[in-house]
Amino acid sequence: MIVYLLCFALFLVGIYGLITKRDLIKIIIASGIVGYATNLMLILFAYRKGAHYPILEKGKMVTSQMMVDPLPQALVLTSIVIELGITAMLVALAIRLYEKHQTFDITKIRRLSG
Amino acid sequence: MILPFFIIIPLLAAFLIALISGDRDYWAIIISVIALIALVALALFGFVTIRNGTMVYETAAWKLPYTICLVLDAFSAFMLVIVSVIGLTALMFSVFYIRHLSASWKYYALFMLLITGMNGVVATGDLFNLFVFMEIGLFAAFALVAYGAKAEEFEASFKYAIMGSISSSMVLIGIAIIYSATSALTMATIAQRLPQNPQVVNWVGGLFLAAFGLKAALMPFHAWLPDAHSSAPAPISSMLSGVFIKTLGVYVLIRFFYNVLGAPPIFLTLFMVLGTVSILVASFLALGQWDLKRLLAYSSISQIGFILLGVGIGTRWAILGAVFHILNHAIFKALLFFNAGTVEMVLGTRDLRQMGNLRKCLPYTTATAMVGTLSVAGIPPFNGFFSKLIIIIAAVHAGHPIYAALAIFGSLLTLVYFLKVQRYGFHGERQIDKEGVRIGWGMRTAMIILAVLCLATSVLFLPGIKETILGPVVTVIENKTQYINQVLGGGL
Amino acid sequence: MKTNPGMTLIVKTVTRISVWLIILYGFYIILHGHLSPGGGFAGGVIIALAFLNVMLAYGHETITRWLSLKFMHDLEPAAGALYLAIGVLGIALGGRFLANFLPKGTLFDLWSSGNILVLNIIIGIKVAMGLFTVVWTLAVFRLYQGGDK
Repeated sequence: MIVYLLCFALFLVGIYGLITKRDLIKIIIASGIVGYATNLMLILFAYRKGAHYPILEKGKMVTSQMMVDPLPQALVLTSIVIELGITAMLVALAIRLYEKHQTFDITKIRRLSG
Repeated sequence: MILPFFIIIPLLAAFLIALISGDRDYWAIIISVIALIALVALALFGFVTIRNGTMVYETAAWKLPYTICLVLDAFSAFMLVIVSVIGLTALMFSVFYIRHLSASWKYYALFMLLITGMNGVVATGDLFNLFVFMEIGLFAAFALVAYGAKAEEFEASFKYAIMGSISSSMVLIGIAIIYSATSALTMATIAQRLPQNPQVVNWVGGLFLAAFGLKAALMPFHAWLPDAHSSAPAPISSMLSGVFIKTLGVYVLIRFFYNVLGAPPIFLTLFMVLGTVSILVASFLALGQWDLKRLLAYSSISQIGFILLGVGIGTRWAILGAVFHILNHAIFKALLFFNAGTVEMVLGTRDLRQMGNLRKCLPYTTATAMVGTLSVAGIPPFNGFFSKLIIIIAAVHAGHPIYAALAIFGSLLTLVYFLKVQRYGFHGERQIDKEGVRIGWGMRTAMIILAVLCLATSVLFLPGIKETILGPVVTVIENKTQYINQVLGGGL
Repeated sequence: MKTNPGMTLIVKTVTRISVWLIILYGFYIILHGHLSPGGGFAGGVIIALAFLNVMLAYGHETITRWLSLKFMHDLEPAAGALYLAIGVLGIALGGRFLANFLPKGTLFDLWSSGNILVLNIIIGIKVAMGLFTVVWTLAVFRLYQGGDK
């Protein structure tokens, strides 16, 4: 139970960073932390008490009841790839924004409003 | 069967465009036009042959609970037709419009990726597959919003990207909760096993309402839409506002809340309340705008409120009105964004106070803009009138007269701000006489096609045609057990 | 403009030896994707990071002399189209998209599991080229003022 609460605390740390930080790069890092918390929660849901890792090895035959659930691990792999792409795109946008506005401060990049 | 080709054709076109094109965009245009015409043909064929049945396609030749399945039923086929037709007209428009930004093949590759993402979301039957295709579509949308390389576009795209990534994280948490409760990812299997854990429904429903409501620009989560849709280039604005927020937002909400969760009443009430708030607040916000595309973006939020009001009421008539309004809004909003793009390209500005009498130099644009305005405001015989009428009558029949009155008030506000657009934008006092103004034939053709479709789809209101075309769509939405049986039983 | 781009001599010497080991390790992880954790994506990232290592240690010009960038830039969509081609071949030979039609050998062998091995290699190439293109473009953006997207 404590592990789930810590994972949620990590999520809240990421959301806090997204809301209150003024620097573009810190916002990107905070969105990365939110992604880590989500992936961690997916893996935590896949745990079974006292089970084995889900790899078949020569000589050791383990049935699927004694293995940790491997499907959320595949979901986490896909999710990591997607978040890599999003972070790359955010960084590229941040570089272009710096080139146009000469600052990373989001309170000064406010040409669109209303 | 034809189902995987909805995803293979645009994805292969995107890779081939990136591979073959050199510096000029000649090959890119040819490949994308061929791909989209093939998609329109396939979508129409699929819609005509699926009457009340369901096609289920298991990828990788595994058995059903373990595989990723693609499902085509009447609702999916309907959305696929809308996506393909609007995509084809947007492609026709953008061939001539993008030339004045930068002639490059990257636009067409990203456009094909956008179509892949939308087709994938509509055609899939597996929850995580839906998430992956939604992300593919979102990548393409972020990059396309920032395509013109102006400062406002980067800022709008950054805001959209951050909000989109928060909502994607919420979707992932929702998928984690569903998987731990039912240990299945196929939507039909989830629908079958979910009644055994009723307390999961509230959690998951709330998370998905927030996450996909952000994609659909429901009212508390709408903040990215005015920036993104007003800064994007015009064909991308029309694709985003016309079909993207509908497939990624409204379609998934309807599919999830009706077919998987079984329409719990608390969420339907939430849809009604948030939909009505969307209609009213967005209309008031649109009244004060002087930027043409920003006004159209707020109008999009307002019309999505109408659709979600219809979804929230839940009776057969209301869902019919909502589905009809999805079709209508795609057509006339795309048309209005094309007009705005043409005006911006010719005059160089989007500000309504600097436009004037455009009847002489842009005759086709003015005429089609009048058709679009009459459709949005709900004037018969154009199509907007019929869909809004069905939603309002359904609200009265279901015993919610207050919502009906508020919806009528919202529709009147829509008429008011579109009259403002017509008064200042197209029939103003100043005579604008730009000599040598030529808009390409592709742009004109796209606008005329959509204007004709505005009139033609109002024929769907007639009783005989409505039952054959829209009836199976509504039956699919309403009937959760039929969805489960037809998907798990193997379908056609 | 520095006359000696890149890092110090120690870093350059160690990189010259270790980059081949990193690429070898990346290939190992790609090829054994169906037997141990890893697979296409992880191996592709490792290979892209090997190229990034060379770029950090030696500077921008050396990497463009070592690998032809046009080839790298073209290899990525080619790998994607090849993935879809194998999927369509699955329709023709196996009945469904991405059906497994190559022979599945004995368990724990390198050639078991049919076309998962081929797909892992394709994904590894695509991820490596894509990630390296992204990182290279972000790094040389300042040099081409107002550069491409």
